[in-house]
Parts: sequence; structure tokens; C-alpha cells
Amino acid sequence: MPKVTIDGHTIQVPDGTTILQAARMIGPEVAPPTMCYYSKLKTSGGYCRTCIVKVTKGSDKDPRPMPKPVASCRTMVMDGMEVVNNTSPEIVDARKGVVEFLLINHPLDCPVCDQAGECHLQDLGYEHGLSSTRYDFERRTFERKDIGDKIQLHMNRCILCYRCVKTADQVTDGRSHGVMNRGDVAEISTYIEKAIDNDFSGNVIDVCPVGALTDKTFRFKSRVWFTKPVDAHRDCPKCSGKTTLWLKGEDVLRVTARKDQWGEVEEWICNECRFDKKKTKDWIIEGPRKIDHHSVISQNHYNKLANPHYKKLGK
Amino acid sequence: MSSQKNIQFSEEAMATVNKIISRYPEGKHKSALLPILHIAQAEFDGWLSPETMDYVASILKIQPVEVYEVASFYSMYNLKPVGKCLLEVCRTSSCWARGADDVVNYIGKKLNIKPGETSKDGMFSLKTVECLGSCGTAPMMQVGASFHENLTPEKIDTILDNYRADGRRRSYTDMDYKNTL
Amino acid sequence: MGKKLLIHNEHVANIHTLEVYKQHGGYASVEKAIKTMTPEAIVEEVKKSGLRGRGGAGFPTGMKWSFLAKPEGVPRYLVCNADESEPGTFKDRYLMEKIPHALVEGMITSSFALGVHTAYIYIRGEYFYVSRILEKAIEEAYAAGLLGKNILGSDYSLDLYVQVGGGAYICGEETALLESLEGKRGNPRIKPPFPAIAGLYGCPTVVNNVETIAAVVPIVMMGGDEYAKIGIGRSTGTKLISASGHINKPGVYEIELGLPVEEFVYSEEYCGGIWKGKKMKACIPGGSSVPIIPAELLLKTAAGEPRLMTYESLSDGGFATGSMLGSGGFMVYDEDTSIPMNLYTLNRFYHHESCGQCSPCREGTGWMEKVAHRLAEGHGKPSDIDLLWDIQKRIEGNTICPLGDAAAWPVASAIRHFRQEFEALIPKKEVAH
Repeated sequence: MPKVTIDGHTIQVPDGTTILQAARMIGPEVAPPTMCYYSKLKTSGGYCRTCIVKVTKGSDKDPRPMPKPVASCRTMVMDGMEVVNNTSPEIVDARKGVVEFLLINHPLDCPVCDQAGECHLQDLGYEHGLSSTRYDFERRTFERKDIGDKIQLHMNRCILCYRCVKTADQVTDGRSHGVMNRGDVAEISTYIEKAIDNDFSGNVIDVCPVGALTDKTFRFKSRVWFTKPVDAHRDCPKCSGKTTLWLKGEDVLRVTARKDQWGEVEEWICNECRFDKKKTKDWIIEGPRKIDHHSVISQNHYNKLANPHYKKLGK
Repeated sequence: MSSQKNIQFSEEAMATVNKIISRYPEGKHKSALLPILHIAQAEFDGWLSPETMDYVASILKIQPVEVYEVASFYSMYNLKPVGKCLLEVCRTSSCWARGADDVVNYIGKKLNIKPGETSKDGMFSLKTVECLGSCGTAPMMQVGASFHENLTPEKIDTILDNYRADGRRRSYTDMDYKNTL
Repeated sequence: MGKKLLIHNEHVANIHTLEVYKQHGGYASVEKAIKTMTPEAIVEEVKKSGLRGRGGAGFPTGMKWSFLAKPEGVPRYLVCNADESEPGTFKDRYLMEKIPHALVEGMITSSFALGVHTAYIYIRGEYFYVSRILEKAIEEAYAAGLLGKNILGSDYSLDLYVQVGGGAYICGEETALLESLEGKRGNPRIKPPFPAIAGLYGCPTVVNNVETIAAVVPIVMMGGDEYAKIGIGRSTGTKLISASGHINKPGVYEIELGLPVEEFVYSEEYCGGIWKGKKMKACIPGGSSVPIIPAELLLKTAAGEPRLMTYESLSDGGFATGSMLGSGGFMVYDEDTSIPMNLYTLNRFYHHESCGQCSPCREGTGWMEKVAHRLAEGHGKPSDIDLLWDIQKRIEGNTICPLGDAAAWPVASAIRHFRQEFEALIPKKEVAH
């Protein structure tokens, strides 16, 4: 079992653990941010470069530092390895650069984006980015493409994390969308007009870190922070049936898979659970979904203000 | 963009396709995709329509999306119809330094088209491309399989006249290539 | 006149045919290797020769070969990288077109040394006509018993195929090349694992440049020690240089490593001096990715030593005052050349060729192109030069593959050495009232 030190914290991890996984084991204060890596998807990661760290000592056997920053999600821990992340000004600056690159062509249309409030790019920009941009050219736009009545594709917002492609490859039976073209005009597309439609295709919505793939059945229904998330389940012949319902009153506005501490899906869910079961009576509600207290969703300011009980308390 | 019917390799092309597939180990036939796309482009009017790509996918028994992804990645596959002779003028550093811009302007004026456009008679399309590995004989352009090097206005006149007189569609796979190296 | 080992027969009529090639001593290395040497002995000779990868990285070939994993029952592959696309480089095309059998011979001898039974030559799609020339040569070699089963009556068998690409500079990166050879998009793989462990179809693979493979032939014939006597220090042997730009005699030249740069540029034997009687302003000596340097620093190092055509001498002074030998794509610019406009053409190139997988390269190359264009056209802002510097800095070292560095270095070096020229292009602001 190799030992690795990250930002001064030492931990022993199983063979084959990546630096990122080791950092997550230590805790969120050490874990680098990720936009493309997804522990549930094989061969994910390495593309976005937000999780870069510096290896200051390769291993006990070969203590030489690595010459360039490495993607922590794709670099294995070696015994005696020493890594710096947040404690390295060089890495903090390089990450700022990556965030800037991810944002220069992003439309910043958060006010009309259904992902707002649960968008990883928003979080990343807030925590690691700059408040202004140096990019003064017209931002890239793509032609709108219709990929069916369940999933909305907004290519302008895409950061090309490849998660949805890997999901379609690994979770569904038969991929009909992919990455077309190359370079900065590369886009997620079906190429010819075609619906992405099979039992598990809706999972691409949950893995998308930004608002590029959203739930058409939830479109403009509500801001997420106006909804009440509850964990629920049903007896489903296709999937585990374990979901999170996003409620407004008695209405189920949206159904998603349950996500873990890192924002990753715990268990894939089927399209029937996601798109067709929009009544509370379809579900057995377990109780409120625990939402990280940093999240705007848990703040729920608007609901609180609207509630006379909170007004009385002066909150 | 008219849709193409009866997409089917000729017997001769099919023999080449099968020969190419046999170069790769069992189960690795997807390796043949790039060479087969070249043959398909040459066979079916100089471009890859969705129908052509679906046909290639069916030959290789892969998903159509795998073909679209690949065809759209590489710069030599035309996803829209082009003229019979695609004039690809290199303009990277050494070619730029020796007058590539003049070549583009000269051809553009002569044929009354801009890069990305096709002449009214459908004979020529003009395209600017990046380094073709012909820097020592700059400026140059590629037309199908042929490299035309050390270009001058007079040379361009002759080249275009010859292609027009010949009238055939030019492809990368042509056997009667010319080069002036 | 220097020694030539690779293209000494370039002017022999019909040297592209097996018959003439053999008359001039061709395929002797296959005969010698298979009949008198063990694979290990050949690898040893290549190690001794000091041969370094001729594609641009300059990694010792013998070492690369010795990394090749050899698990039982798993095929290994040799793949020749003929995806020559580095702007300023055309020597592989010249070699393959003129003397295709030199590459075929090198492939056979190298494959034997590596225990490979299937080998591929991956050639860029734009060189389609060259693939025809190679295929013809391969056909001749099969017919002569130099390829196929039981080569020259031995136990050794080898199949050799040519694969054409589809137009993508990135496929010159060895893992992108392997992806492309597998029929996929040319996206570089994330390393490790390196191809020597898991390459083509997940099997151990060596990827070598055309010129590297061709150099194995003289190494086997003369022995590694003799080969290493040519050149200076760790720059052994001969190198093909692609000379282009504002010189009197552009073309491909085979030089002994160690030739003074000044002699290469000005002697009649090579570039023949600068065209139209002009002066040289700058040079990119090793393909577009390596730093551009002013004429003074090309001819002499910062310490005043004459610069030599070697890996070490051209990089003397690091990026502050030096450059690199790289692929040997030697591009010369005369006194009237606009360095900002030249940079713009290179920025445009890297933007066009970025695969788009990783964010710094995907987004940064396009941004640099836009800023460089505005600067070169005379519409730049005073902050643009620093902005350009900053963008390249944030791409360099932060990408999956070396294309990011390759896009960054030309920018850094152009600003480092020619900042004033960029500044002069920025419109002077009218004084505000």
C-alpha cells in the first residue's frame, strides 16, 4: 500500500489509486476540482486540466519531481510520492488559467440556464476564477441541434468533458451522439438530426457538469433553488429506482439520480423513472435530500422569505 | 445538397476495400476506416454524404456515429459537395513567406471565387490549407493527388487550363498524379 | 563535402526501383541482419550508434527500442511515423519519394531487431501519391522474398502495410497516430502507459520517424561505433535538413551533424545564401514549433561561439538565446519579413490543428490566433503583447500532449526577440482632450 503526501497530509492508499482519489480520501479541502473526471466512468478524465497538481517528489524509489503539472485524475500514486495542490502558488495560478480558458467562450447565460445553482462551472469560476475577462472577441456559437423531446442540448455551454459520450458508451446500449469536428469547433452532436433515445440515455443529463445537456421536461419550470429535493424510490424493473425528486408543492418538477459528495451519480436511473413518473403518488418518499450547506439550493432564501414563519423570525 | 441514391462501391473499389480490411488483425477492421473513407469520397462525387458514411459504417459493422466523428475530425474529408478540382493552397509560414497570399488572390480573381467557394461551372473549389510538407518548393497547392509547386501566375494558368480541358473530377486516390519535386 | 548515408543515391536514375536500388547495395542490411546477426545484437548496434529520433524529439532510438515490452504470446508492432506535418519539414517526403526502398529496407531490418511480424507505415493523407510509391516498392520487396513468409529463406516473416491518414497534424504525435491507425479520431492518449507497453491495439509498439528507420540501414552496415564517429558529442550521424524560406536554394540536404550553421546557410553546397541579395533577419531552425531566433543568435551563441548544426549547439542558451534542432525544418526569413505576420500564420496553424481534447490548447490556440492577427494587422491594443505572452505561458506544460508547447514556443520566442516590432504595430492613441 503506497503512501502519498498531498499538501502536507499523508495517507496510505491501495495500489492503483490516483492522486485525485487519494486527495478525495483526505478530504474536500485538499481535493482538486474536477470537470471531466467521473469515477463511475472508465477512462474519464485528463481533458479539462482543472485537477492539475505538481508532483514535487516522484516516489521514494525515484524522488525526482515531475517536470510538468500532471492531471491528478489520471496519475497513479507511487510510494513516497509528494504532491502539492492548493499550497502551490504555481498550481493555483495555472488552474486560474484553465478556468479562464474554460470561460472565454462560455456564454455566461446563467440567468436563463436551468443548470444555474448546480453548475460545476459556476462553482469553479467562483472558487478559482477571475471576476473579469480579458477576452474581447465574439464568443463562439453553434447551430442549435434538436436531439429529441427529452434532452435539451445547448452546445454553446459545453466544455467538452466527454462524460456524456462515455456514459452513452458505457451505460446505454448503442451510442448515437458523439464529438464532431475538432479543435475549438468540436461539438457534441448526432451529426444528422436524430433523437438520443434509449432506456438509459437520460443519464447524460446528470453527468453533464454544465448546462449543455438539461432535462427538457423540466425546462424553465423553476430555478432549482425554488424546489424541494427529496429522496424517493419506486419498484422499477429497469433500474434501482432510487432517485431524487425535485418538488414544488405536490408537483414533481424533475427526477434525477442521487448524487454523492462530489456531485457524481450514485446509481444510474432509467428514462421511465426520470421522465415519466412525475406524480408524488408514483414514488415512496424517504425524506429530504441532504444538500451541501454551501450550495445555493440549501440556502433557499426565496422560499424562506416567502414563508411568513421565517419573516417572523427575522431571517 | 441532394441526397445520393444507390450508394454502392464498384466491384473494383470493393476489392480494394476488402484488401485494405485484410491488413489488420481479426476484429480490428475499424482500422480500415480512414483509407475506406478516401475511397468512398473518390467514388461518390468527391464528398462524404451522410448516406455514404452510413454505407461505410455498414461495411465495417460499426455505428454510423463512429464514422461521422472520424470524418469530421480530419481535414481531407469533404462533408459538403465540392467542385471537380479542389484547389488547396498552402499558406503556412514558408509558403506565406514566398507568396501564398498572392496565389490565393490570383486564383480567386481568375475564377471569381473566394476560399470556401466553388466556381459557377462547378469545376473548381478554392480552399486555403495548412502546411502540406512542400515548404522547399513554395508556394504550392494540392489538387487531388498532385502537388503543384513553385507556383507562378503563368504556371497557375496552365494548370487550371489543363484541368478544365481534362474535365475529370480529381481525387487524392488518383493514380495519375503529378508533382514537380 | 560531408558524408551522406541516406540520400547519397538521390540522383541515380530509377533508384526508386528495386533493381537499381539493389545494384547500389540496397537490402544488404536485411541480408546481414537476418543471416548473421541476432535481434539483440542489432539493438546493441543502434544503441552504440547514438542515433536519436529524427522526428523532432531527439530521443535515443536504442533506448526506445530497449523499452519495448516482450510478453509471451502477444504481438508487437513497429509503426513508422510518416505523418510529416511539422511546418518547414519535408525531408521524409523527399526520402520516401526518391528512394522508397530505403524506408522499406529500414522497416524490415528494424522489425527483425524488434521481433515484430506486422509493421505499418502511417503516412499523412496529403502524401497520398507517396503512399502509391511506397506500395509499389513494398510489392517489389514481397516479390523478391524480402517481405512475407520466410524472408530470404530464414524463419523470419514480416508483413508490411501502408496506412494513409485523413489530414491532421496531431497524428504526428505518436499516440494520436496509433488512435488514427485504429480508425479513430486523432486524439492523443493520456500517458502512461507509453506505446512500448501498450500501443497499437493495446500491444507493445515502437513508433519511429521515417528518417530514423532509414538510418538503421547504415548503422547495421557500418556498425554503431563507426556511425557514432560521425558528428559531434551526443549528436551522431547525419541528418536530413529541410531548408526553406528566403534562401537561394531551398531543398533537402543531408549534413553531418556538427556542420557550422553559417556554412549551411551561406555555402553554395547548401542554402546558397539569402535570396535577392538580402540579409537574413531570423530563422526557425527545427520546424515551426521551435523558437524563432534572430540571425545573430542563429550564427553565434550568446557567448560568441559559432553555432553548429547539432542538438546541443542549437539549443545552447536555452530558450533565452537558443532554439532547437527539432525535425530539421530550417526556415529562413529575410530582412523584410514581418515577424508578427509570420507568427500569425503559425498561430493559425496550431489553432487549426488543435484536436480540442484539453481546454488550454483548445481555447488558448484560437485566442492567440485572434490576438496575433489583430496585432499583425495593426489594430492591436497596448495590452495585447503581454496578453499574448500570458496566454502562451498558461498553455505551456499544461496540456495532454506536446502540441500545447509547440503552439506556445513560437509566440514566446517571437515576443522575446522581436518585441519592438510588435510594439511598432500598435496604433498610437490620440491624445485625449
